[in-house]
This record gives sequence, C-alpha cells and structure tokens, in this order.
Amino acid sequence: MFLINCPYCGERDQSEFSAGGEAHIVRPKQPTELSDDQWAEFLFMRKNIKGIQFERWNHAHGCRKWFNIVRDTRNDKIHAVYKMGEKPPIK
Amino acid sequence: MKNKYSIFSLIKNAFSDHENWQRAWRDPEPKKEYDAIIIGGGGHGLATAFYLAKKHNMTNIAVVEKGWIGGGNTGRNTTIIRSNYLWDASAGLYNHALKIWEGLSQELNYNVMFSQRGVMNLAHNLQDVRDLKRRTHANRLNGIDAVWLNTEEVKKFCPIINTSPDIRYPVLGGTLQRRAGTARHDAVAWGYARGASAMGVDIIQNCEVKGIKRNGNNVEGIETTKGFIKTKKIGVVTAGHSSVIANMVDLKLPLESKPLQALVSEPVKPIIDTVVMSNAVHAYVSQSDKGELVIGAGTDAYVSYTQRGSHDVVEGTLKAILELYPIFSRMKMLRQWGGIVDICPDASPIISKTHIKGLYFNCGWGTGGFKATPGSGDLFAHTIANDEPHKLNADFNINRFVSGDLVDEHGAAAVAH
Repeated sequence: MFLINCPYCGERDQSEFSAGGEAHIVRPKQPTELSDDQWAEFLFMRKNIKGIQFERWNHAHGCRKWFNIVRDTRNDKIHAVYKMGEKPPIK
Repeated sequence: MKNKYSIFSLIKNAFSDHENWQRAWRDPEPKKEYDAIIIGGGGHGLATAFYLAKKHNMTNIAVVEKGWIGGGNTGRNTTIIRSNYLWDASAGLYNHALKIWEGLSQELNYNVMFSQRGVMNLAHNLQDVRDLKRRTHANRLNGIDAVWLNTEEVKKFCPIINTSPDIRYPVLGGTLQRRAGTARHDAVAWGYARGASAMGVDIIQNCEVKGIKRNGNNVEGIETTKGFIKTKKIGVVTAGHSSVIANMVDLKLPLESKPLQALVSEPVKPIIDTVVMSNAVHAYVSQSDKGELVIGAGTDAYVSYTQRGSHDVVEGTLKAILELYPIFSRMKMLRQWGGIVDICPDASPIISKTHIKGLYFNCGWGTGGFKATPGSGDLFAHTIANDEPHKLNADFNINRFVSGDLVDEHGAAAVAH
C-alpha cells in the first residue's frame, strides 16, 4: 500500500492506478525480421528486479494517462516519477 | 528411518513427558562439495531432495535455505490441494501430485494431515457455467474426478452459502472434486526435511546464496554466506525469488513476482467442512483444524518483494466473502500476510533445464504451487538426475516461451489468475 504522485493529478492512492510492468522495453522496429528468440525476449522475458525498478503505471481511475516511475520493489518506496518519453531522472 | 514415529513411540515418550524426542532432521555445516545442490528449502525444494535421494540414489546432496525451511510460500499459502485443471498437460502434472498426496503421510512416516474434504468451484454467470461444465468433462476424460452441481446441490453440500437469486453474483451452480482438499503446510516441509535428512541429505539453513560460479557453460558451485560450495548440478526452487537467482547468471526468466495475500479469522466451531472457491467474485475459504477461516484471493497487480501487499485487495476479498457468506459478517480477522509468487505469462510452471549445463529451474508456480509440492519435487528430481525431463513435465520447459507452445491456464484453471 503506497501513494503515487501522478504527474498530472498529484498524489493519489495506489489502488487508483494499474501497473503496466517494466518500462523502456522498446517495441521492435522491424517485427517481421525478428527471430523467435527475439520475440520471446520482447514479449515474455523480464528482469523482475528485487531493488530499483523502472516501470510504467496508468492512472486508470483518474486521468487515465500513462507515465513512468522508479520504485524500490523491496519496500515499495518511489524514488522518482517522470512522464512518458522523458529520460529517467536517476540511473 | 532411525526414529520411526508410531503409536508406540508416542506412548514411550509420554512416560518421559515428551522430553526425549530426537531432532527431526540434522543441522550440518556444509561440506566442500556435493553431487547436487537445491537452492530453496521450501516444500518443493525439500521434496526434490527427498526424491533425488529416494528414487535416484543421489544422497550426497544439500538443500540450502536463506532463512528457515518452510518459511517462505510454503508457510504462507492457503493449503488448497486439487487437480481439476483444464488442459491435458496440467491435468497430468497436478493429478500426479494428488496421487502422491494420497499416500504421503505413510511414505514420509509423518502426518501431513491431508484431508480430502473436497473443493467446490462456484459459477456465477452463464459463461462460468459453460466453462466449468467444459472443465468437468475435460477432467473426467483425464481420469480426474469432477461433478457438476446445480444451485440446490451446492446449497446442500455447503449450506452457509447464500444462494439467493438477488445477490450481485448469484450462484448458478458449481463443480466439485471430492478427492481434493487441504493439508498441513508446515508438516509437508518438515516431513520431507526429516525424510531427506535420514537418507543423508544435508539441510543447511540460514545460508543465503550470493552468486553462482560458472566455467564457460557449466556451473561449478555456489557462493553463499557460509562460503563456497562446489557442485556440478544446481536446482533452483526459490519461488518469488527465482529471478533474483537467474539474474546472477544473466538469465532472464518470463516471470513477474507479485504479493499474494491471505488472512485468517478468529477460531470458531466447525462451520464449513469443505473448500469453496469462486472465480467471478474471486475469493476462497476453508476452515483450519484450529477453527480459523482461511481466506485468500488474487494477487496484488504490481511487482513487489515486500511480502505484504495492499489493503484494497484484502477489502475486495472480504466483500466477496461477505456476499457469499453473510453468516461471517461479524467475524474478526486475526492475521493477514503476503507471500511473493512468481507468475508466468501463461500461469503455468516451469520445471526445466536451462541453456547453462547443470542449472535447472523449478519456478513459475504463481498462486497455486502448494498443491503440486510432491509431484513437483518428484518430477524436478527426475529432471536433475537424468538431465532430461519426465514426460509429465516435458511441456513445462522454458523453451515454450520461444516456440509459442504455451500451457495457457489463465482463467481456465479453477481460479482467474
């Protein structure tokens, strides 16, 4: 249970949001040229990090906009929030 | 087994005020080298070690556990055991486990309190009815007992369910697997630990794995908080922490780790003598031998290793419980907890070799691993010992995410994932 600071609406309860998984997984530019291994990597394989993770969230019960957050999955502490298309503020 | 448990040992120890019971398993320091090492001392890991020793004669092996055995998801689940899965591959896997459960207390000489009290799955809309009837037929074709019950029969089997047509999700019927039920989760870990230890398996607790040493494409051993241990075969059975181990060798797994919460109520007199699950309203309940209601539901929908989860999930679960069982409205909930479950995109497990020689993974059990404990251990032991999967776990290999040959149990199993 934690609060998320939506870049458009401000701080709201996490239950208003839906998690969209790991961020910065780039959609293949030439899907027809991908091998099965590369498809599997894109579709299914995840780092699933215990620690600092970059991820996408959607304010599903609010403005319905997507954005990114940097969260520590060990304690659910959020270190940064940034808009789609922006570079992560921390490494 | 040296200290066999029986009515006679119980009487004998009663005379000495139960002060002379022997340790159930040894507490050794790690040796320098083992033929195989299992990482993770939960039910699945200990069962793997037990069957490696018993069926494959590999006794120079160890189980290393970061905390204490059975302290992870083995001690955090709602102990439901069933095998009524839709697809042939899953039906084979879970029914293999159920068959072992039926003789497990005798096999281990340890009472795992396996109770075949039945598991009922409710249908709340027309699609549920169609899906569950289809699953009943699929189960019977696979030799799994399953029957369809109409609303009156559901009410007769479990009288406290609210079958009024006026509720938000009326009960339109349900399926029943009578051979399904529950078991005592701690006893499963302890029973397997005791059995494995008696055959020579070293169970090393409070020993965290920090790294895996490789030589080219072979494993050479593990770095732990108790030093380096050499081995040529490593079986990883660390549930929610599978990706943590995989990341040590830059192996990516198709897993996401999420909190799954459960809770128990204050103990009351016997009120529900079966397990009832509901897919649409998403809650399940049974009653422990101590009298507590054991309640569970779905996962929190985000990746987290916190072992707690969010309050709104608990609230949603209890709303569902109260709608179906108004009689519980004044019950007090005593404890709530979370376990970290590793979920595959197709909601089926992975029991597989990897591209690294000597490294095996048993993971992805998601929300339903407890029921499979004995079967999972048996098949994983086979896979490690022979470097080849058993035919029952061949479909659960890691390459299915590349080939696309998924075992898609999403929603097709008794509970939506």
